Amino acid sequence: MSSRRGFLFKLGLALNVVGAALVGIPVIGFITAPMRRSGGQSWIQVGSVANFPEGETRLAIYRNPVSVEWDGATANTACWVRHVQGDRFQVFAVNCTHLGCPVRWFAQSRLFMCPCHGGVYYEDGSRASGPPPRGLFEYDYQIREGQLWVRGGQLPTLAGPV
Amino acid sequence: MALFSSIGKWFEERAGLGEAVVPVLDHPVPRRTASWWYTFGSATLALFVLQIATGICLAFVYVPSADEAYKSLLHLNYEAPFGWYLRAVHFWGSNAMVAVMTLHMIQVFLWGAHKYPRELTWIVGVFLFLCTLGMAFTGQLMRWDQDAYWGLGIGASIAARTPFVGQSVVHLILGGPIIAGGTLSRVFTAHVFLVPGILIALVGLHLWLVLRLGVNEWPMPGRLVDRQTYRLRYMEEIHRDGVPFVPDVVRKDMVSMAVAVLLVLACAAIFGPFGPHGVPDPTIIDTAPKPDFYFLALFALFALLPPWTETALLLIGPPLAIALLLAVPFLAGTGEKSWKRRPVAVLGVILIVLTVTTLAGLGVMVPWSPVMDAWSGLPTPVEYVHGRTALELQGALVVQNKQCRNCHSLGGYGGRRGPALDDVATRQTRDQLIRQVIQGGGNMPAYGKNLSPAEVNALVAFLETLRPAKARAAQPVVDPRPPAPR
Repeated sequence: MSSRRGFLFKLGLALNVVGAALVGIPVIGFITAPMRRSGGQSWIQVGSVANFPEGETRLAIYRNPVSVEWDGATANTACWVRHVQGDRFQVFAVNCTHLGCPVRWFAQSRLFMCPCHGGVYYEDGSRASGPPPRGLFEYDYQIREGQLWVRGGQLPTLAGPV
Repeated sequence: MALFSSIGKWFEERAGLGEAVVPVLDHPVPRRTASWWYTFGSATLALFVLQIATGICLAFVYVPSADEAYKSLLHLNYEAPFGWYLRAVHFWGSNAMVAVMTLHMIQVFLWGAHKYPRELTWIVGVFLFLCTLGMAFTGQLMRWDQDAYWGLGIGASIAARTPFVGQSVVHLILGGPIIAGGTLSRVFTAHVFLVPGILIALVGLHLWLVLRLGVNEWPMPGRLVDRQTYRLRYMEEIHRDGVPFVPDVVRKDMVSMAVAVLLVLACAAIFGPFGPHGVPDPTIIDTAPKPDFYFLALFALFALLPPWTETALLLIGPPLAIALLLAVPFLAGTGEKSWKRRPVAVLGVILIVLTVTTLAGLGVMVPWSPVMDAWSGLPTPVEYVHGRTALELQGALVVQNKQCRNCHSLGGYGGRRGPALDDVATRQTRDQLIRQVIQGGGNMPAYGKNLSPAEVNALVAFLETLRPAKARAAQPVVDPRPPAPR
């Protein structure tokens, strides 16, 4: 009799462990899914080359390649496009390399300045002063049929520069 | 009355709540703990209940979607009856909860309440504090305005500095590769389900421990805590000179709880709700994100730490601070309880409070941030252009046009990132000025490529005029020694 009770107790325990695992594994997988999805980077069109006059740096906007319908305005991302000369461009993430705040372009002094902790960058994106540990994050770009494309989609950080 | 009494008896016979609750209310506590100093904990609890009540109300309307959250907050502010008031109470309540909880923490530490046998009560309290800060941060993000969006960017940028797994951690926090709808859903779940669940469980445990171990007696200098004798002496004290918790002690707690809540309600009624500020559109980059007050000190620290120490301090600092807090009852779990005999404890508290408040004050003023519109928005003081030559006036224009004033002030207005220029000519000679402008250095960008020689010439001519009337211009350093013989 006691062995039957002991067996039932163990069976109960085992069934609950199985149940917990069958719920627990998908729960953990569900919550950590964004960690395992790779990158999220792809080529995105940011506009006609003609929109970016030579020698100027202008703000461009692209739509995130990974998005859901309820993203609203947050599905958009801004970047700074510098048309150096001819086919040579530089496309910078707006995010300061220090802590990610949006840097602003000042055409007169040809500097990017960050409002959060005072990071400053030169027009070629290199670090000029302040706390940033490196120059601005720079997207890969391509020109296809007069259109400028950048490879973007994820928040650029020190761990995952664009 | 007889009817009420018989209903009460009927209920009690079945539920037996009185049996369970009366001893709790009656339990004896040391007489001197009926002190105003001992009421911060109950005030924090009252504010927590207020947060739950107002939070549930806000959840009736708030839409946790990146597209709709902002609109639903505006609806609460302007359309839903009493919506503005409930938002205001929730905001001021959160501020008050962090503030009063901090006071509670400081008080129990100075009164030695973390010592034997209440170590676990302190540890649970530390987790309550961390969870409350977590609520404050996620709550600020749920405001889903520009500050929230870029605040998340800051959080992600900090998380990205984790070695090896930085990017995975960022994507886990953001719920995707970038700040968007998935991020707000995560923040909402944390703020409304996960953290409050943990908080409620921990509050229960915290109160259970207070009841089980008794309220900390009033510390007397020279009366040391000893593991062998403490509990016996405590029992003796409450039997000899104890008072029942209700009503002797609870009176002051009730007043304190009501005052805390009423102050929050008054602030809410007078100052109204906070935000939402700019729309959460990441393509609007003319914004200067700033955290709520509890994180201003941290925000300031990021600007002031030497950059090369940052990653190490970001990674080691917070875990170390938390570990230290948790270790407090083990580092000093016995001995003297009174703050009058614990100079290191008192100095430690003063040092931490001064550091945090100073940093937070700097976080309000942000002297390290360029004033983005100073160059176009501020006038040049009249006395600095009066009687100047055409070249010097041209230089004054260069100062404005090239955004010098975003970092340098004139006449007290402008950025404070670099030194004020009002007396720059007393500090630097013409040659030094030219070198500084062209090469930069000392945290100033080099303007060599961005200014023409004519502009540098005009700029320096203007800067040379900037000194008080009687002050002497800076002179080149001349070696006073006679020239060495050949």
